[in-house]
Amino acid sequence: MSDRAFLSLENLTLSYGNSIAVNKFNLDIRKGELVAFLGPSGCGKTTTMRSIAGLLNPTSGRITLDGTDITRVSANKRNVGLVFQSYALFPHLTVYENVAFGLRLKRMADADINARVTAGIKSVGLAALSGRKPAELSGGQQQRVALARSMVMEPKVLLLDEPLSNLDARLRVEMRAELQRVQKETGITMIFVTHDQAEALSLADRIVVMRNGLIEQVGTPEEIYNNPVSAFVADFVGFENVFALKDGKLATPGGAVALSEALPGNAAGFAWRPAGVVLDTGPFQGKVKSVSFTGNLREYLLDTPLGPITAEVSAALPVHDLGTELAFDLPLKAAAPLQRFA
Amino acid sequence: MNRTFSPLILAALLIFLIGPFLIIVAASLSAGDTLTFPPQGLSLRWIAKVFTVESFRDSFIMSMILAVGGTFLALLLGVPAAYALSRYKLPFGEVVNTIVTLPIIVPGIIVGLALLRYVVVPFSFSIGIALFLAHTALVLPYTVRVVSSSFNNLRSDMEEAAVLLGATRLGAFFKVVLPNIQSGILAAFILGFVTSFNQVPVSLFLSGPGVRTLPIDMLSYMETTYDPSVAALSALLALMSIGIVFLAERFLGFSRYV
Ligand SMILES: Nc1ncnc2c1ncn2[C@@H]1O[C@H](COP(=O)(O)OP(=O)(O)OP(=O)(O)O)[C@@H](O)[C@H]1O
Ligand SMILES: [Mg+2]
Repeated sequence: MSDRAFLSLENLTLSYGNSIAVNKFNLDIRKGELVAFLGPSGCGKTTTMRSIAGLLNPTSGRITLDGTDITRVSANKRNVGLVFQSYALFPHLTVYENVAFGLRLKRMADADINARVTAGIKSVGLAALSGRKPAELSGGQQQRVALARSMVMEPKVLLLDEPLSNLDARLRVEMRAELQRVQKETGITMIFVTHDQAEALSLADRIVVMRNGLIEQVGTPEEIYNNPVSAFVADFVGFENVFALKDGKLATPGGAVALSEALPGNAAGFAWRPAGVVLDTGPFQGKVKSVSFTGNLREYLLDTPLGPITAEVSAALPVHDLGTELAFDLPLKAAAPLQRFA
Repeated sequence: MNRTFSPLILAALLIFLIGPFLIIVAASLSAGDTLTFPPQGLSLRWIAKVFTVESFRDSFIMSMILAVGGTFLALLLGVPAAYALSRYKLPFGEVVNTIVTLPIIVPGIIVGLALLRYVVVPFSFSIGIALFLAHTALVLPYTVRVVSSSFNNLRSDMEEAAVLLGATRLGAFFKVVLPNIQSGILAAFILGFVTSFNQVPVSLFLSGPGVRTLPIDMLSYMETTYDPSVAALSALLALMSIGIVFLAERFLGFSRYV
């Protein structure tokens, strides 16, 4: 596997009429890589996918795939697969014929088509349903047909727009594993879109966090999870207590607050996960505003001079009642320094 | 149906709608020589006579050609138009939509007169062709409307999916769009057929030697002959329309489209 970019997006700008949906997007993806686009609704994930697939012409910028500039290549010649957020199955065709659709257009021999389609349908676990029409399938089954339909084309890049969003929790975990297995087996380069940070973390080789049509951070799941560069990313991956840093102190609603340890001045802010907050001891005071039990852990929302603080402790510890004054600390070793705050 | 309708109003409405049809059917079964209601005795002889009147046969064929051919042409024009209107934000989309709907609003008598006065007479245009085009134009709005609603119900991402699987735009249209709007097209065809077949005002102006639709022929037949055969023919035509709509409803769920 080479380090050279297999799919590269250079200064890609995409707009609908006069409104820019994606602005100067730059990303290099290696062959065989599994990349996740993570971001809130409306941040431009689908738009970016559509332009890679050729369904949306970029306003400016360049898309290169496998050494060829495909920016102006029409969608039906790109060999890029896309599994739509809405599946987009053909209602008048059976599962089998849906999956065979693209192969038939390639004028492959019937026997080859049959072999590939049968294997494709089997790999998504729908062998028993191959004679059904899409309307006779559940949402999750339809999604799997859409996946098989793209997979059998052996595209150079497979784009998946929220491929697991309509599955129940168990099937989602199964399909996650399935997707990962297929991806490793076929070595196919994949980009998938998700809202769900857990899905992105567990599946992807690399995560692209997007916000308002801009890339906020690109990194491995570990990097994104442990070292978010900005308050936005920190918030997105579960750092619920985020503060800007000003003159070596935390900027809080109650004024500048110094921690017990000196803060490095080169960071723009600091963030703590709920689990990073120490309860029952420390220099700060807060009043318990709400308590919720999440199984192993108990989550407290504290009303404090620093603003609301979320802390998580083992559920085995005794419960604090609402209104109790608690001491707490924000230890530097549990903090993630942020390069950018806004 | 509205719950506030009392059974009485409902009955009145039904009598109002179906009554004339029942009277026609009864009159057509008369054994007498003139068109009267209630019928004088019962017989099928007027129904039998309908099939022996030569001008009825000719004008029936003319009406069929207009209804089938005109509607077919209207679909040929209307389907692409409806597709474009529903898929693309055309700069003059609204205007086109309005123009296409005009024949529904403008009284047929005006359309007929205008065509005769300003097209057929000054350019010595063939009346048959004018009649055919007029029927096409009258049916076009219905085809555009009905087929548009099919297109609007069909998500556009299906075509994109087909394109990404290697189809051309045109190929995608024929392979995945058309098969999914088949029943809409059939519904449009039936609606167009019935509209054209029952058309009177336009056809009235665009009649000439050998060019005469069935309803017009029936009118002129009645001017000279006042026997129940016109009632018999009306009853037969009404049955044909009912049959077509019944089949359409049965197999297509026609009422979804109209
Ligand atoms: N067809 C369109 N016309 C105009 N604006 C659009 C169109 N499609 C999307 N947009 C806008 O472009 C921006 C990006 O949309 P996009 O669909 O890419 O978001 P997304 O990240 O996929 O969101 P979601 O997670 O909800 O699917 C949004 O602000 C959206 O309103
Ligand atoms: Mg989307």
